[in-house]
Amino acid sequence: MAIAASEFIDQLGKLLGDTEVLSEAEDLIPYSFDGTAALKQKPWCVVFPRSTDEVAACVQLAAKHQVSIVTRGSGTGLSGGSVPLTGSMVLCLVKLDRIIEVDAENLTLRAQCGVITKEIDDAAAKHGLFYPPDPGSMKISTIGGNVAENSGGLRGLKYGVTRDYVMGMTVVLPSGEVVWLGNKCVKDVAGYSLKDLFVGSEGTLGIITEVLLKLLPRPMARRTMLAMYDTMEEAAETVSAIIAAKIIPCTLEFLDQMTLKCVEDYSKIGLPTDVAALLLMETDGHPAAVEDEANRMLDIAKKHGAREVKMAKDDAEGARLAAARRNAFSALARMKPTTILEDVTVPRSELVKMVRFIRETAEKHKLLIGTFGHMGDGNLHPTFLTNEKDTEEMHRVEIALGEIVDKTLELGGTVTGEHGVGLAKKAFLRQQFGEGSYQLLRTIKFALDPQKLLNPGKIFD
Amino acid sequence: MAANKNMLLKKLDYSILQQCMHCGMCLPTCPTYMETKRERNSPRGRISLMRAIADDEMELSASFADEMYYCLGCLACVTACPAGVDYVELFESARADAESSEVQGHGMRDFWRWLTLEVLFMRPRLLRSLGMVLRWYQQMGLEHMVRKLKLTMILPKKLRDLEPQTPQMARSFSNELIDEIESPTGSKKYRVALLTGCVQDLVFSNINRDTVDVLLANGCEVVTPSVQYCCGSLHGHNGAPHLARELARRQLDMFDVGSLDAIITNAGGCGSHLKHYGHLLQDDAVYAGRAAQWDAKVKDIHEWLVEIGFRKPTSGCGTVSATYHESCHLCHGQKITSQPRSILSSIPGLKVTELPESNWCCGSAGIYNITQPEQSAKLLKRKVEHIDSTSAETVVTSNPGCHMQLVNGLLSKPESSCHKVSQPVTLLAEAYRNEVSSPL
Repeated sequence: MAIAASEFIDQLGKLLGDTEVLSEAEDLIPYSFDGTAALKQKPWCVVFPRSTDEVAACVQLAAKHQVSIVTRGSGTGLSGGSVPLTGSMVLCLVKLDRIIEVDAENLTLRAQCGVITKEIDDAAAKHGLFYPPDPGSMKISTIGGNVAENSGGLRGLKYGVTRDYVMGMTVVLPSGEVVWLGNKCVKDVAGYSLKDLFVGSEGTLGIITEVLLKLLPRPMARRTMLAMYDTMEEAAETVSAIIAAKIIPCTLEFLDQMTLKCVEDYSKIGLPTDVAALLLMETDGHPAAVEDEANRMLDIAKKHGAREVKMAKDDAEGARLAAARRNAFSALARMKPTTILEDVTVPRSELVKMVRFIRETAEKHKLLIGTFGHMGDGNLHPTFLTNEKDTEEMHRVEIALGEIVDKTLELGGTVTGEHGVGLAKKAFLRQQFGEGSYQLLRTIKFALDPQKLLNPGKIFD
Repeated sequence: MAANKNMLLKKLDYSILQQCMHCGMCLPTCPTYMETKRERNSPRGRISLMRAIADDEMELSASFADEMYYCLGCLACVTACPAGVDYVELFESARADAESSEVQGHGMRDFWRWLTLEVLFMRPRLLRSLGMVLRWYQQMGLEHMVRKLKLTMILPKKLRDLEPQTPQMARSFSNELIDEIESPTGSKKYRVALLTGCVQDLVFSNINRDTVDVLLANGCEVVTPSVQYCCGSLHGHNGAPHLARELARRQLDMFDVGSLDAIITNAGGCGSHLKHYGHLLQDDAVYAGRAAQWDAKVKDIHEWLVEIGFRKPTSGCGTVSATYHESCHLCHGQKITSQPRSILSSIPGLKVTELPESNWCCGSAGIYNITQPEQSAKLLKRKVEHIDSTSAETVVTSNPGCHMQLVNGLLSKPESSCHKVSQPVTLLAEAYRNEVSSPL
């Protein structure tokens, strides 16, 4: 890095205006982390471009002086993807926050990357349309961040993840060049699907400044219910049985007792805290189909040992239950100072084994693990409740984590279902990928970003 | 100076700082973050700065102090936080450290702090005397004349800008309207004390009278000492914990807590602070026990009325439509949200429309409208627009700061259908009074 920080910052100020460039300690410390535990690092500066052109200008300047770039939205990521690097420029895109178009004829929505996820769905709802991906942080996460991380959510089972809704995007390449990828066509096989390269690329290949999203008709009806169990295995068996019965509900969420206690402690909506496991189940669609599916799911749950099954009395109650579930991760932080969230995912048929293994691992290493997750799509969030200042316990956490990862891969799973690799899962990626495909990742990265300017050191070294 | 080992942030139980796992759930509820979109202006950003100070990674600077005073202290983040971070403790400690570090320089700021925190709000008789002078000035038409002749031009710019917000003093203060002990006409079911507040006493003594009337109508004997101390919330929130403790002790000395069923407060901001004397005085050998007993008995008026099953009025209150703005420290500080709405919905003929963003700060925030007039004005504008969207004729709230702020806000929008600010107890008291004048 040839240029001095102060001179670089001056030049950025000339590009964006001094108020849009932050460099004082009091401004940088709050940008030294994202939603991931125990990771922090101060950047050189934080900039707030307001347009694709301004983003491109910042990238060109950084490229000229070989300053690395860390792109960030609201900083709610859970794998350290937007944690800054030493001497880096944080490109904070929250001010590109305009919804450009809702096209009700083509069922698409075009928005700048800094728009809040929930606002995307709210805008769609005004036209009777629906944007299904609903990550836990949807009230504040940005759509650009969701696309860059390929975020999931509670409705993945039926509706898939962010990738399934991205039809196009504007990307600023590491050279500062701006390209548009994709279009409004449902069918499109012209060339490589380049947009897909950038979905889930975690800010390492390009900077997504605008997205074109697919929308669906809004479901006409919705039923939410809670099934309570005395063992986690029974809950997992219920999930397998529902899928085997050829029902695809939009949500099959699972919470263990510890998670339930924390969520109830926060939300006070009357969740049971004396059960070993709880399933939050939701079906949506045509009213007749919803009614039928809800009744069949209720029967299956009872047959598989549910102590009790409760139907939400209306949509508002259903929404409250889902909202409470979205807070599960943060609510677990009530228990201990440090909350380390995992994101292991296994094929659905292996769920019972995985859930049991996690419980046994916690017992073996005398650790507190709260588990919740999207049981319908095999995506679990075992969460270590610990204290980063207790080195001895942190060591046991590391060992237990390694064992959980080994088991996940043995069962044909993945180390991250929806949070991304970032820094947090980097150590496990090679193990999952194997040599050939791991090298392929690097080949792609260095073809697009030969100077290694974009988020270097994330995903892999 | 900055390496001061005695800083509260450094002495704090470290787990309180660690409790924040920076998930960002607080961001969309924080009025300052949503205004600037800058992390330092957010709860998790501020907490990260506090932690940096506790960890000796950063010195306590003027910029840090400014940030702590840019925070409204509205506590919306406390409601939003799934992890249960004790932001009140962090925020009050940070402001106290900012004061003890003296990083904000001396001069006029020191003078105003001394005059308000150490003089006026420590001496209730003096404060009331000042209120009487102001009342005389306003009643004699001097205020009107001064404004008309633009004599306010002689004031420094900052004061001149604030002058139009001078609250209108009540014609009579609480002690002139309320006897020290008032008993219900029917059977006496409870014995309660009423805290009259400082601003409430001088500006909204009628609301204190309404509170007494409502309590009497529900079988409560009401004890109201004619001279009362400030509850100390002003001091606690503004970096003067030693004065807050002193006022809490004086407050405890004023009442025989054991003889009371409840201690009633009708100001959201005071109530939120009054319920935490136990924590404030936990290290006080003499007062700790009494303070804990006190906390259990302090009740917000709406909370108390719903708890005792208040009598539903049979007459209307003369107001046709209303919308309810929540005081931050009532809804976020005390988690009282349904009770004021229950009271309003019990009044026959009153149409209540839900206010969009009803729990978003109006910008009053204690003395924030004085210390940060620009940000305060932005919040007020946002609030008034929402009030206007409901088409209600009256906006109802339950804290004197919000009440005054909303009065000022509505003045700036004369075309709005909403012209009046009132409080749930006032409407309920009106409804009870109308029962007598026009029984159903």
